[in-house]
Order: sequence, then structure tokens, then C-alpha cells
Amino acid sequence: MPVWLNILIDSIAFGATFMFGSTGEIITEKSGHLNLGIPGIMCMGGAGGCLMLNLIGTSKMPGFMIVMLGIIASFASAALMGLIYSFLTITLRCNQNVTGLTLTTFGTGLMMTLMAKATQTKYLNIPKKYFRFPFADRTDSLQKLGVMFFLVIAIIVLAWFVLNKTKVGLNLKAVGENPSTADTAGINVIRYKYLATTIGAGISGLGGLYYIVDYSASGEAYKSLEAFGWLSIALVIFALWRPLRTIAGSVLFGILFSFSSYITLIPFIETTLKTKPILQMLPYVVTIIILIVSSIKNKKENQPPSSLGLSYFREDR
Amino acid sequence: MKLNSEKNHEPLVHLTRRAYMSPWKAIGIRGVAIVASLIVSGIVALILIEKLNANPGRIFDFYKCFIDGSFSTEGMTWKFFKNLAILLCISLAVTPAFRMKFWNIGAEGQVLMGMLGAIAVAKTCSSLPNWLVLILMLIAAVLCGIVWAGIPAIFKAFFNTNETLFTLMMNYVATYFVSYMLLVWVPSGNAMGIVNQETKIGWLPTVIHNYFLIIVAVLILTGILFVYLNYTKHGYEISVVGESNNTARYIGINVKKVILRTMILSGALCGLTGFLMAAGLDHSITSTSVNGQGFTAIMVSWLAYFNPLTMIATSGLIVFLDMGGSKISEVFDVRGALPNIIIGIILFFIIGCEFFIRYKINFRKKEVVDKSSKPEPVPVPQEEVKEENQTDEDEMPSAEQPAEETEQKEDN
Amino acid sequence: MEEKQIALEVQKVSKKFGSIQANKAVDLTVYKGEIHVVLGENGSGKTTLMNMIAGIYFPDSGKIFVNGEEKIIRSPKDAFDNKIGMVHQHYKLIELFSAAENIVLGIKNKEKFDEKKIVSRVEEIAHRYGFSIDPKKKVYEMSVSEKQTVEIIKVLYRDADILILDEPTAVLTPQETEKLFNVLRVMKNDGKSIILITHKLNEVMAVSDRVTILRKGRYIDTVETSQTNENELTEMMVGKKIELNINRSEPVNPRPRIVCENLCCKDKDGLPILKNVSFTANGGEILGIAGIAGSGQRELLEAVAGLQPLTSGTIIFHNPKENKPVTFFHKDLKQIKELAKEHKFHYEDGTVVDLTEMHDKEISNLVNEGKLLFYEDEIMNLRDKTPLQIRELGVKLSFVPEDRLGMGLVGNMNITDNMMLRSYRKGGSIFLNRHKPQDLAEHIVEELEVATPGVTVPVRRLSGGNVQKVLVGREISSSPKVLMAAYPVRGLDINSSYLIYNLLNKQKETGTAVIYVGEDLDVLLGLCDRILVINSGVVTGIVDARNITKQEVGYLMTKVLDSAPQTETTQEEGGDVNEA
Repeated sequence: MPVWLNILIDSIAFGATFMFGSTGEIITEKSGHLNLGIPGIMCMGGAGGCLMLNLIGTSKMPGFMIVMLGIIASFASAALMGLIYSFLTITLRCNQNVTGLTLTTFGTGLMMTLMAKATQTKYLNIPKKYFRFPFADRTDSLQKLGVMFFLVIAIIVLAWFVLNKTKVGLNLKAVGENPSTADTAGINVIRYKYLATTIGAGISGLGGLYYIVDYSASGEAYKSLEAFGWLSIALVIFALWRPLRTIAGSVLFGILFSFSSYITLIPFIETTLKTKPILQMLPYVVTIIILIVSSIKNKKENQPPSSLGLSYFREDR
Repeated sequence: MKLNSEKNHEPLVHLTRRAYMSPWKAIGIRGVAIVASLIVSGIVALILIEKLNANPGRIFDFYKCFIDGSFSTEGMTWKFFKNLAILLCISLAVTPAFRMKFWNIGAEGQVLMGMLGAIAVAKTCSSLPNWLVLILMLIAAVLCGIVWAGIPAIFKAFFNTNETLFTLMMNYVATYFVSYMLLVWVPSGNAMGIVNQETKIGWLPTVIHNYFLIIVAVLILTGILFVYLNYTKHGYEISVVGESNNTARYIGINVKKVILRTMILSGALCGLTGFLMAAGLDHSITSTSVNGQGFTAIMVSWLAYFNPLTMIATSGLIVFLDMGGSKISEVFDVRGALPNIIIGIILFFIIGCEFFIRYKINFRKKEVVDKSSKPEPVPVPQEEVKEENQTDEDEMPSAEQPAEETEQKEDN
Repeated sequence: MEEKQIALEVQKVSKKFGSIQANKAVDLTVYKGEIHVVLGENGSGKTTLMNMIAGIYFPDSGKIFVNGEEKIIRSPKDAFDNKIGMVHQHYKLIELFSAAENIVLGIKNKEKFDEKKIVSRVEEIAHRYGFSIDPKKKVYEMSVSEKQTVEIIKVLYRDADILILDEPTAVLTPQETEKLFNVLRVMKNDGKSIILITHKLNEVMAVSDRVTILRKGRYIDTVETSQTNENELTEMMVGKKIELNINRSEPVNPRPRIVCENLCCKDKDGLPILKNVSFTANGGEILGIAGIAGSGQRELLEAVAGLQPLTSGTIIFHNPKENKPVTFFHKDLKQIKELAKEHKFHYEDGTVVDLTEMHDKEISNLVNEGKLLFYEDEIMNLRDKTPLQIRELGVKLSFVPEDRLGMGLVGNMNITDNMMLRSYRKGGSIFLNRHKPQDLAEHIVEELEVATPGVTVPVRRLSGGNVQKVLVGREISSSPKVLMAAYPVRGLDINSSYLIYNLLNKQKETGTAVIYVGEDLDVLLGLCDRILVINSGVVTGIVDARNITKQEVGYLMTKVLDSAPQTETTQEEGGDVNEA
């Protein structure tokens, strides 16, 4: 495989981490909730999955069971975090920013503590192989396109379909745009908000597991998860709240982010170590530019959901 | 018939917004929340910490560690107040913007840029006299902070760009910019050493204690900001803009100008914090020097209802929990980030309890005595309710009018 | 006619909001295949009644029958199940969605979301009733009438047989109104029952089969449209005059204070709200503004206050400065010289000073010594000035806005801090001076008997009447030259209302030009000297309040003077009645 293709595939695989995170966040934000707890949720998704693998990773279970249970545990623990957020912001109508940030503090803290208890040889060595099915035996970067990579592509397509082609999606978008109108139309606003934030959190959480077990497959990987959580939130803006665009965005972010690791390998590009942080900065700069341009152009379709960040209380004016 | 249907109608739990709750009751609710959160933290600790798990009797040690963490030695106490001062200072910096309902969550980056400015001056001007270097460092730090806060503010004021997302992104741009500058200064990629270790140029002088000057400076700043927000015309304008753009328009306040001015102040204070950290504490910089305090400060400020004096208490609480958590990790030999878990749990409770202060929960009763909890058909669109609320309080000759009024308000 | 089937029957329905009886034993019978108008003034309880039929409110007592069966309607969904649909006055649409998406939003059935099917069904409905609609168009790109079409189709899509339309014509042009009426007639022939809420008599006559009149929450009568006329309906709608005991003094030396000419402005959708509005408000008198809610009263006052951008027109303020010394307090040298070009100044003894010949220094000396007096009223154009600029010009203009807590006051601030809203800039210090505002707050609390535990209480916690006292008190405290009050007694009890009337009268007696926007015609007739009547942004008359009947005002309020450029007619109309 030529070097450039290797790098490209690696970037795509890396981008899958953000695809999980930002697809989950898009679903959440569509219900009008800005969840800044995504970094914490992704951490916990990773931790939950790894702890499960820690238990079953060396057992005699068939490979697909191990993968399934890992994914389920990861989804469940992230969804649980999402549930905390939902309860606080939907039922108790707390400030979304503050709740989200607290969730991130809590989630990263809990993950660090839990991961310190897990044994790398148990949750990584054998499960890694199963997770990297079908390309596990390859030595180039194609090995990283495993089960979860295809899962996230499926999730994105499904999310796109649900949001754009079904009544559920229509109702969800209505809730995020104008909960009061949705309420009068007979939509159960609270239920939609709960489901969206919880499922969204669960999907985001899978990104944590994917990054630790599949993409990075190292015992240190969990320490950089938080940063990828924030990048996922950035990606939501980049994708202008559209699931399919997260794929393109993730690949771009992945290239920019991992390019910096590869760039020294490319013989004909003259670089120094210094370019690395500049390249890593680019995803954020691009996001800012997109944010600015979309606010200047002020095109209705490209704006955040109208009620984003506001809690809904039926009896408010 | 009528009665029956009404009974079916009224939901089991009916929420109403409280107009007012006495401060003592509100404090009581928060107290209960904190106690409850400590109990939950204890339970979580029992599960998570192996040494406690094996020996639940040591749970009292667990609580004792909180106090030990901050006040067991004189050094610890100094450190407690130093940490408090820094966190408080960042919280002060974000507060003016928050009062204006400008959700600046970019303090992390603004402080880091301030530090960078200060360090850059200290590095390059090490031949100048110390006092001059300190002044230049201060100026550079404040300017960097202003730039970092000013950019989102300009776009907010003129294009209404979402400031929460913008300032959030600016944090990471700052982080990587610092990484870049570090590589410029130390091309090998090693950590940057202490700046001017021998000459101590660009170091704040030590008075009484290393941390003393910083603590005093932040205390003074707290006072100044309290006065600024509550007793000056600027502070008054900030409150009006934060409360209602319409009122600001009505009395002729230039909202754009206030947004820019306040964000410049916010950024300048972040820069100042960066200066204090660079010149008084670290004398060096890494891309993670601020260590998430920019985010914690948001919670400190919010918990204190954006009141600088109350923030002393809330930042104290956070630092206390943080240092207690570290102590627990040390005593019980926990790897990971226990303090974050404890802070998280306690904040969840404090954030959550605000609900009980702001809302009133009315359970279904046989006879509706409370005026505010009268039976209510289920799907009530917003205006109609306002209309009803108003009629509730006033003698209202027209029942249709207010709907009009609210709608117009929404339009604006 | 005799064979008509009853589609909807409302029997003795009552609804109370707090202490206000919004509906008292109201009856309503609607036949199948008729257009039934519910007629009444603002606050007569029309919307409340309709909301009860549509499941938004639940009646305190009374019964609702649909097709002869008693039904309990608890929610809009129940209403839909009974084939009742309502088009609210303020549309409930998601801006970002297409028409089709809005139409199916929230429908619970097993059908799959199939855009093609929905679109074809929408088009079918539109075709049947003669609507024109693009189902794929986004709502935010739509005009008001298109949005209304979406709302109506939304109801029809749910197979409603009884359609309630709340003031559907308020936002439509005459052509659009005619189109709507045609559609309604088709629906009627299709066997649907249409309940139309309106207060426009010409429309009632044009489209309806029968009319039910409500007044102050009570049922007055139901008549066949063919058996009645506009005058009779007006009389039933406004009722007999009630004598109010407001002490109305004669105007004090009325001289023009605010002269507005040809004011035009548009709302954010680009629809005209004010059309060539011209009027004069005199000092020492109260000018009342009467009109159906939303006819442009708010925009008119906001335009004068500098809050509403105008597309054309002038607002001239006559500053009564005659024989007062010129000061540098609000005029600098340049402005004085500018003024001297067109106006004259004089000394105390009356001799005219020609400033154009003088050196700057001499002028400053004269001003500083207070020797330079205005010869005539200072004339200023307030058009395109911000509130702050108006204030800096030295124009003492007070405005009690309709939206008390959203605009006039800051709910979370205490009474003292609210007192400062207008005046906090005074003085060069960067600090606030709370002494004077506090004194003022205490004074107002005492004088106007504001029920509050103290001046440090956030105004949000005061009751509506007390909030209003605080606001009016503040606005009067600056001894304004112009005082504008929008619905200042709305929500107030009788005593507080009289207190406000007396305050306004006192202002009038001190020579202030008072502009009072009200909704109770009895009060307007009893309090004001002249009344400007406005309908859909057009002045339909300026009349002498002492020599006019309620019916005449009511007639002007619903009189349609439309079609775009008709400045002349408006002015003639205004002028004519003025002379009368």
C-alpha cells in the first residue's frame, strides 16, 4: 500500500472517533440540548466498555459476543451519563452549560479512576483482534477499519434517515426548534428530549471504546480521550448539524490531526516539529471560520437548533 | 360530571415558578444538598476505593481527609488560599460577561494566552530592570487576554455568532498556539524550564510568603469588581443588557458597545490572572498550565449567582473539595482522578437543588387552595399561560390583550 | 334553512381567570355548512371561548355538544378527535420546516412519513378549496398569508369539520382577505362549519351567515347577518355609554408640542404597520389613541420615542423654550450658531440679537451670563434619533410602554435601581448615585401608595398594578414635556386606574402633552380631549372627545380606509373631523 493511502486510511479510521462523538451530539442538540458533557461521556463510554472487556476479554466466549458485550456496556455506561445530564437539564431544568461541564469533570475523573483498575492485557490484547475484524491480520492501517468503524457508518446513515425521512425525526427537530409549538402539536416534548439526549450520549460513548480498543489499542489511549470529546463538539458545528457531513468532517479532522504525526515521514515536504501544533490547531480554526461564515450568511438551515441551550418549561411565557 | 373531568385533568404533579424564596430557606436547601452529596460521595468512595471497600469503618477517615487536605499543615493552608485565589480570579474574570448573559466559556484560553504574553516578555526582556519587566509582562498578558476575548465579542456584537461555541474553540486554538510557541523557544520539544531562575527577573517579589501577594491582589480585585458591578454605571448597564435587550433599547443603551467593553474587561482580567500565574507561581508555561480552571471558574461564578463576594465561598468550596480529594487519593492510595469525581457529584447536587429554589412542586390535592396551582388543561401554549398568570395577579379588564403583548415581545 | 343540522353547541360556558370572569354563561350554536362570526371588542372573551372549544382551556362550567353529543374536550388532540380545529391568531409553525412538514407535525397514526404522499394530499386539499400553496416551501420564506394557508390546511389535513379562525384577516391585505373569504365559502359549501372571530364589521357583512355578539365576557345575541346592519352590530358590540367620574379639566393653553406628518413604518416582515400617520399632540391636553389592538398604536408611540425606525415622515418637537435663557447644558456653541441661522434670540428686554455677526467668544459670554433668551419655541426633528440622542437634545419625553416588565422596567432589579433606568447617566462620575433614585423611589411608594415591603424589593415581585405605579411614577417624575402612555391601566383595579387618570390629568394641567393609548372607549371618552382613531395603521379620524359618541368611535375603529397611497384622504378625514 502506498504511503499516502496508508495515511488516508489511518486518518479515516481516526476520524471515526469523532464520528461517534459528533453524531451523538447532533442527535442531542437536535432536541435543543447543548451537551458540553460529551468529553466526559466519551470517557465513560470508553471506561464502561473496557471494564466489560476486562471481565470477559480473556474468557472463552466467542469473539462476536465479546465485541457485542463490550459495545453494549460502553453504550449503557455512556447512556447512563446522558441520563444524569437529562435528568438535571430536562426535569430539573438546570443550566445546560454548567451541567455539561460538570459532567465532563465527573466523567473524566471517574474514567481515570476506573481505568486505573483495569488491566491492559485483559481488555486489549485479545479483544483488539475481534474488534478489528475483518482486517485484523493486516499490518498496515487498514487493520484499524474494524467492526466499530462499520458500526459508526451505519449509525450515521441511520441517524440521517431518521432525522430526515421519518416522523420521529420531524418531531425531534420540532422539539429542538420550538418546543412550545411541538407541545401544542401533541408531541411529548419531555420524552423526546430524554430519548435524544440519552441515545445521543450512548452513541458518543462508543467513540471512547473505539478509540481505546480499536484505533489506538494502547493502554495510554484513554488519557487523550477528553480532547477528542471537545473536538467532536467542534465537529458538530463544522457539520452544520447534519449527520452525513460528520463523515467528511471527521476525515478532514482526522487528516489534520494525524497528519502531524506522519508529516515528518513524508520525504519531499520540508517540515519541522513546529508544524505539528499548527496542524493540530487547524480543525479548531476551520470550525471557527465555519461558525463565523454561517452566522454572517445567516442561512436558516445552517443555524443551531433555535432553542439550543434553553430549558423548556411549559408555563413560561 | 364537571368535577370528575377536572380531576382527571389535573396532573399529579404540577410545577409552578416561584416568585420568591426567603434567603434562609434557599440556603437551607443548598445545605441539605451538600450534605446529601457528601453522603453519596461516601457511598461512591466505598465502592470505588479498594481500601475502603475492604474496611468500611475507615469511612470517617475519608471525610476527615477533606479537612486534612486543605488545613493539615501551614503549607497546605497557604496552598489552599493560593488555589482559591487563582480560581477566584478567573471566576471574577468571567463574571461580567455572564452577568450580561454572554456565555464566555473561553477563560481557559484567555488565561493561557495571558500567561504566554507574560512569559514571552519575561524571556525576551530579561536584561531590563525587574519592575519594568513586571509592568511589561502585565501589559502583554492583559493585551493577550483582551485579544482572545475580543475576537468572539466582535463577532457576537456584529453578527450574533454563537459565543459559547466560539469561545470554546478559542481555548484549543490557544492550547496549540502555546505548544507552537514552546517549540519555537525549545525546539527540542522538551518542557520549558523556569524562566530567569537565577536573576528572578519577571518574578513577583516575595512578601511574607510566596503566595501572599497573589492572595492580596485577588482579594483587592474581588472588592473592585464587586464595586464595579454593583455601584458603577458600567455595572448597571451590564445588568440591564443581561436582563433585557428591549429595556436597554428603551433607555438608549448601545448594546454592542456594552458587549465589547465587557468582554474586553473579561479578557483583561483573564490576562491578569495569566500574569499572576506566570510571574507569581509557575515562571514557566505548558499547554496545560491552566489545567481546566477556566471551566471550573464558570461553575464557581454560576454557583455564586455571579456575585463576586459569594464567589469567595464557592471557589473555596471547589478548592476545598479538590484538595480533599487529592488527600484521599494519597491516603487511600487511589490512582486516577478522585477529586474530579467528588467535585462532580457535589456539583450535581448543588446544580440540581436550584430547581427546588426556583420551582414549586404542587401535588394534586382534593381542593385547590393555592391560587397558583389551579387546574390546568394539559397542553397549554405559552402565551395563554402568561395571560393567565397575569390575570392571576391583576385585576384584568381584558383577557385577550396580554397574548398580544407577549407575542410582540417574542417577535423582537 | 330550517333543515340545518347543528354541528356545535356551547351551553352556558363560563371561565374565570383569577378574579376575572372571561366568559360568563356564554351560548353558541353553529350549524353545519355556515360561516358564523363571533363579534366583540378586545377583551370581550372571544378568544377564551374559542380556546375552550379547541381544548386549550377547560371551562369552569357549561357544556359543549358536538353533533348533538356532549363532549369533554381536554386537549387540542381531543378537539381534533372531535373534528374541531383552530387556527390561532399567532401561528404555531416551525420556521425551518416546509409547509408539508408543518402540516403533518405531531399527527399520530401508523402511516409512514412519505413526503410524496403528504405533498399530494396537501395539494389535493389545496385544490379542493382553492388555496394556492407550495408544500415544499419553507415557512420562513413565506408571507403571512401563506403561513395562514399552512395553518388552515394543517387543520383540514386532520379532517376537521369545524374550523375556528381567530382574527384571520388582521394580518392580510384586502386582496388576500377576499381570497380567504372565497376559500371559506367553498368550505362552507363543502358542509364545513366555520367560526370566524373578527371585529371588522364590513367583513362580517360580507362573509357571514350569522353573528354572535359578545361583550365583556357575556353573550349578547345571535343574529342573522341578512337581518341586521353595521350600526346595529356596533351598538351591540360596544354597548351603551357608561358615565365615568373622571375629572376632566379644560385644555391648558393648547399649543402644538409634537407634530407628526406622514409617518410610515414596516414590521420585520416588510409589511406596513403605519401608513401616512399624521397628527398633532398639543401641550396641555390629552390626546387619546383608540383602535383595535395591534392597529399600530405601539409602533406609533415607539416611533415618537425613537424606538421604531420610520420609512418616511417627520416628527417635529416644539420645545417650549420661549423666553428662557440658552444654556450650554444641552447646546454647544456650534448648535447655537446653527440655530441662529433659522431662529431668533433676544435679550431680556426684548431686543433681537443677531448672532450670525458675533464672534464665538461673545456668544459664549452671553450664554454663560444667561443673557441670551430664546425668542420662539425651539423646533427639533426627532426622526431617526435614538432615545439617547433625544434625551441629549434636552427633549423631556416620557414613555410608559405597554410591556412593563419587558421594556419599561427590569424585573429583577429593585425599585430604586429601576428609578435610575432613565437617569443613571447623569453626572460625570463613573459611580452610580443611588441617593436621588432612592428618595424618588420612596417618594413614589408613598405618594402612589405602592404596596411593597420596601424599595429594595425586585419589581418582579410586585403585583401588576403596583408595577405600573412604579413605572408611571418614574416617567412622570422627570416633569416631561411629552408623556406617552400605552395601556397604562391595563390589569389595574378601579382605584389604581383612577389614580393613573388623575396623574395624567395633573400632567396635562402643568402643560404637558399627554398621549394616552387605551382600549376602554368609556375611559377614552371621559379622559381625553381629542381622540385619534387608528385602524390597521391608518388614521381613520381625529375627533373631539367631548362631542362624540361611543358608537361613532367604534365605527371609526372598524372603518377601512385602505389602498396604498391615500395620504390626502387620511389627512382630509382627520382635518374634517377636527374642525367639527
